[in-house]
Amino acid sequence: MKVESAFLLGIATFFGVISISYWFTSYEDGGTMMLVGATALGVLPGCYYYFWHRRFRGSKYFFWGKTDRVVGTRPEDRDDARIEDGAGVISAFPGSSVWPFVFGSGAFVFLLAFVFGVWLAAVGISLIVTALVGVTAESRRGGRH
Amino acid sequence: MTDVIIPQVAGGEYAHVHEEHGPTGLMKWITTTDHKVIGMSYMITSVALFYIAGLLALGIRVQLTTPHGTFISFQQYNELFTMHGSIMMYLFAGPFAFGGLANYIVPLQVGAPDMAFPRLNALSYWLYLGGSIMMLMGFGVAGGTADFGWVAYAPLSTSTYTPGLGEDLWIMALVLTGFSAIFTGVNLIATIFYLRAPGMTMFRMPIFTWNMLVTGILILIAFPVLTAALVMLFCDRHFGTKIYAVTGCHTTAGIVDAHACGSAVLWQNLFWFFGHPEVYILALPFFGIATEIFPVFSRKPVFGYKGMVFATMSIAALSTGVWAHHMFTTGTVLLPFFSLMSLLIAVPTGIKFFNWIGTMWRGQLVYTTPMLMSIGFLFAFLMGGVTGVMLASPPIDFFVHTTYFVVAHFHQVLFGTAVFAGFAGFYYWYPKMFGRMLNDRLGKVHFVLLFVGFWVTFIPQYVLGLHGMPRRVASYPTGLGWQSWNIASTIGAFMIATSFMVLLVNVWVSWRYPVPAGDNPWDAHTLEWFTTSPPPHHNYTHLPQIRSERPTWDYNHPDAPTILHRHGPGHPNGHGPYAGDGGGPTHGNGSAGVAPGVPAT
Repeated sequence: MKVESAFLLGIATFFGVISISYWFTSYEDGGTMMLVGATALGVLPGCYYYFWHRRFRGSKYFFWGKTDRVVGTRPEDRDDARIEDGAGVISAFPGSSVWPFVFGSGAFVFLLAFVFGVWLAAVGISLIVTALVGVTAESRRGGRH
Repeated sequence: MTDVIIPQVAGGEYAHVHEEHGPTGLMKWITTTDHKVIGMSYMITSVALFYIAGLLALGIRVQLTTPHGTFISFQQYNELFTMHGSIMMYLFAGPFAFGGLANYIVPLQVGAPDMAFPRLNALSYWLYLGGSIMMLMGFGVAGGTADFGWVAYAPLSTSTYTPGLGEDLWIMALVLTGFSAIFTGVNLIATIFYLRAPGMTMFRMPIFTWNMLVTGILILIAFPVLTAALVMLFCDRHFGTKIYAVTGCHTTAGIVDAHACGSAVLWQNLFWFFGHPEVYILALPFFGIATEIFPVFSRKPVFGYKGMVFATMSIAALSTGVWAHHMFTTGTVLLPFFSLMSLLIAVPTGIKFFNWIGTMWRGQLVYTTPMLMSIGFLFAFLMGGVTGVMLASPPIDFFVHTTYFVVAHFHQVLFGTAVFAGFAGFYYWYPKMFGRMLNDRLGKVHFVLLFVGFWVTFIPQYVLGLHGMPRRVASYPTGLGWQSWNIASTIGAFMIATSFMVLLVNVWVSWRYPVPAGDNPWDAHTLEWFTTSPPPHHNYTHLPQIRSERPTWDYNHPDAPTILHRHGPGHPNGHGPYAGDGGGPTHGNGSAGVAPGVPAT
């Protein structure tokens, strides 16, 4: 997690510097806003990963406090890790699902409503809602252990 | 529709999980969440669209071959170049790279069973397909397709000047494909951060995966801006807002009322804040492809691995601070800032060039089709890059901005990346995807025709630009000396078209008379060549120990490992092929390195 967080916090630092220098050289608000947005894109997940990086090593928060729940570094972050170290369940992957297709069709029809007529929106929204319900039910029913 | 849980079992093997009996036929394709099937669908769709957009380009070239061309009407010409640009940029180059190749290759390269969010991945594809269909629907509606260029500059794109249905379809199509790209970006980042195999540290990931990670971040920075800008454009066109519109905001006395007026330049700011990172969203994946191919066919590790990674990050970071270099001639932007940032991009790009050359330096070069295509990419992108440095200088830009010089520069950059490197990747990974080879001789014919056609097409356009021929004109007068250069350019375009017919023949030959590829026909380095061709469902039945950025090479060549690792049992020279004493695909003391199902090459 360390490299991941450094990567994202690096993005945040870069855009932080650029947005400040851009603002004070141009006083142009549109571009500055977009650069500040990019800074936030780095800060938020970067801090999240940094928090977990510390947490894995036994820190409760970013720098202070200790917890006894030490998870240790993930196998994919250790360069001497062996394949066996990752033993256990990786994740649950859905085998197949029709709902992405239904959702995609719904989005397609819904956006066409803006071009050809509002009545299409009824079809589109119905498909989208059906897909949302369907995918939620499928996830809850899925073969978890 | 049951979830399949992938257990990772001690002994270095994934337990083989049989997929439950699911739907078959067309329903199987529609309901798939397998990243390989989705990646393949992406690639087939985007390459089909590439052929369509190529046909449109031929129409443009035929029209411009003679002065006062009469092949198509001016209106049709506008539609043609708009759709050519839009399809190539939004529907081919990007989706081919991050939807197609990355979707297929990244999980394999990091040793993951699938993408992190398989259903979201499927949704990305369906949104992309819907967007593509929607954009092509413009050919069938009254008023024709969008005709404001792929950049849709306001106020030309407002309803006053382009009130058609085709324009609305274009906007909505880009909203759909924009969301598709954002979802794919999220998916790629999550896959790379969370689903790497044990030992696959960030700095052991193949450069292609690194570049896709950076591309994913760029997508998240750039595409939301485009989608927001498009929604505002649509509101301007239909709901009476005045965000970009500059008409109808005069007082009765005829004076412009600034508060009732939109800002046309705002569109350019928003669009290029997307548009310039987009150029690198299109370029970085293809840099990654070339970086995979050079080491394999030079029989060397990549030169300057970390330099490559940091160069990629620098290019991406700088690329988001240069958007207004497309707007030098508007007179509303800060020239020194954007010029400096643009010129700086040449530094990390130069590092990449030196590293590519350093990789080939003193290597045992094997001139297969993917390697030739990658070398073609080096030449093409170098030319596009150097003219890019010229255009980053405002005094030069002021003179050539609306001429064919920019068209030539732009095509050399994107043709170099998306076509040369893109099809290098196609030739390179085709054996992995289909388990059969493409004919190398036909591939070389493809390359030669493409390479010659490329220069014959675009060098004349530089000359035309310097002679003052403006871009986006359907007709030009005689007597300016432009015709001979235009004829040359058209001949080149038809050579390129011929080369892509050769590709079709090649694919047909491979389909009709298959030559089995085996798991690792190139003796390649990275993890995807460890599994079978095509890979099984959920990719790996077992994995090699990962001790460098070339795990497959280390496994197949225990006598020539990439690095001599310091720690005991994993030492490739010490205890055999990596699995050491712990079970897994190991056979005693070593040199054989053969695991069940993995032929030593």
